[in-house]
Amino acid sequence: MTATTTSARSELSELGRSETALRTFLHGLPGVDQVGAEQRAAQLGTRSIKTTAKAQAIDLAIRMVDLTTLEGADTPGKVRALAAKALRPDPADPSCPHVGAVCVYPAMVPYVAEVLRGSGVHLASVATAFPSGQAPLEIKLADTRAAVAAGADEIDMVINRGAFLAGRYKEVYDEIVATKEASGDAHLKVILETGELATYDNVRRASWLAMLAGGDFIKTSTGKVPIAATMPVTLVMLEAVRDFREATGRQVGVKPAGGIKTTKDAIKYLVMVNETVGPDWLDPDWFRFGASSLLNDLLMQRTKLTTGTYSGPDYFTLD
Amino acid sequence: MSERVAVRKTYKLFIGGKFPRSESGRSYLVQSSNVSLASRKDARDAVVAARAAVKGWAGATAYNRGQILYRAAEMLEGRREQFVALGIPGDEVDAAVDRWVWYAGWADKVAQVYGGANPVAGPYFNISAPEPTGVVAVVAPERPALLGLVSVIAPAIVTGNTVVVAASPTEPLAAVTLAEVLATSDLPGGVVNILTGAITETAPTLAAHMDVNAIDLTGVTDAALATDLEVKAAENLKRVLRPAPADHDWSVDPGLDRMTALLETKTVWHPKGV
Repeated sequence: MTATTTSARSELSELGRSETALRTFLHGLPGVDQVGAEQRAAQLGTRSIKTTAKAQAIDLAIRMVDLTTLEGADTPGKVRALAAKALRPDPADPSCPHVGAVCVYPAMVPYVAEVLRGSGVHLASVATAFPSGQAPLEIKLADTRAAVAAGADEIDMVINRGAFLAGRYKEVYDEIVATKEASGDAHLKVILETGELATYDNVRRASWLAMLAGGDFIKTSTGKVPIAATMPVTLVMLEAVRDFREATGRQVGVKPAGGIKTTKDAIKYLVMVNETVGPDWLDPDWFRFGASSLLNDLLMQRTKLTTGTYSGPDYFTLD
Repeated sequence: MSERVAVRKTYKLFIGGKFPRSESGRSYLVQSSNVSLASRKDARDAVVAARAAVKGWAGATAYNRGQILYRAAEMLEGRREQFVALGIPGDEVDAAVDRWVWYAGWADKVAQVYGGANPVAGPYFNISAPEPTGVVAVVAPERPALLGLVSVIAPAIVTGNTVVVAASPTEPLAAVTLAEVLATSDLPGGVVNILTGAITETAPTLAAHMDVNAIDLTGVTDAALATDLEVKAAENLKRVLRPAPADHDWSVDPGLDRMTALLETKTVWHPKGV
């Protein structure tokens, strides 16, 4: 470790102290070439992944899935069933790996915790007045503490987009720091809700802001607004985590969420991860898919590869 | 002024109401026209499209399905010359239109003939109603090119099934032209999907596909292939229609067998007089 990186690190850790320093830093980040990013993402989507590589990619993608249900209609029975599916996605095939995590609302955490205990599958809970984030800070923190107390070991928080878009970066920063503290040992995923950030420049700024404030993961979306995860947005975020590790030595994970429904899409993302940040991130600890319908498609493709015949949705659970 | 260059037509697949090329990019020549050579993945995409269309099509009222099929018959009549230009005798086109109309008429009658109230020894209404099987894979007969095709598609879809048709490799032009007829009628996309190319490539995929509910082997002439397809179809207990005998006469009254073979019977017990 050289002297320059050490000083750069201490400089970055000082940024959160003042609104001006934070703004100067975030607005000093290089702009994103929109056409370039979209073209690069499209180009990475054209790779052909077949046979054994495809089989590996599918198993990796299954291990990366955050099996999610975030509905007003969630019941204890429904989330228990989902947790059981997370442990054994394909009951007909014991060689099928379990998923990365189950993601639910805080009120549903205790029921999922019962099922997942000791299994190695993580339990994520959304918190901080998900999905809008429009609540007083005390309430957001209480929400977070309650989720952790109930057994969640990963917290998916939403940033305050109102404050971010108004340019009050310090406020967003402080909220993330406070939530990180409230989460204790739980991993903190910071949802940027890129669909509401309007530009790639904002996505890059929000990514850096979340990482500077101590987020362990940056996540694209809540899945509750029309524009969810896209390839170019995820590309910008992957570049941000790469540059952040170069500057600070700390590795941050990325989680695209919402709108990834097919195996083909998932494999495109994996190719992008490998080409942008390298194999260090090709692990469920550093890359996740926030999805629900994706899992069934992965399982169908997996069955096709193992049996040679195309499967159908009738053979997998509805959830 | 330079001489006008004629626009040559490429005959494409018909999947989900659209006319895509084969994902494999392959094509072959028939009567000096380029025809798409469908791959396994095209077959899979067609099944996905057919499955997606089941809910809307089976859920439509029988009367509505009948009206849509009449509309298709109108469009078929209007394109008579186009089929004649492909070498199909005018009489055969007329017979195909008549066959289509005949089946269209059955849309809201088949349930009356094949369903009904059952007398039971108990205080129940007991009612049986025919329901569509679901997604049907069809290997179309080679001849007659149009009448044969219509005679296998119409009875399957009139009751609410959706179909993936493997068109005859030697007669794909009539099949794609029929697809154009269907695309310009009110038939929802995905109810009829047509694959052109080698039967030996598409049919085994369709026969083994777990999301296909029935397979019609009418156009399979190779006995060994037919056996192989039946074995594959057994995996998820597909309904199987056996190959037609070589001398089958398509011009005679077809009867109801082709419709009823692709129906399931739902019986409801309803308590009465409580």
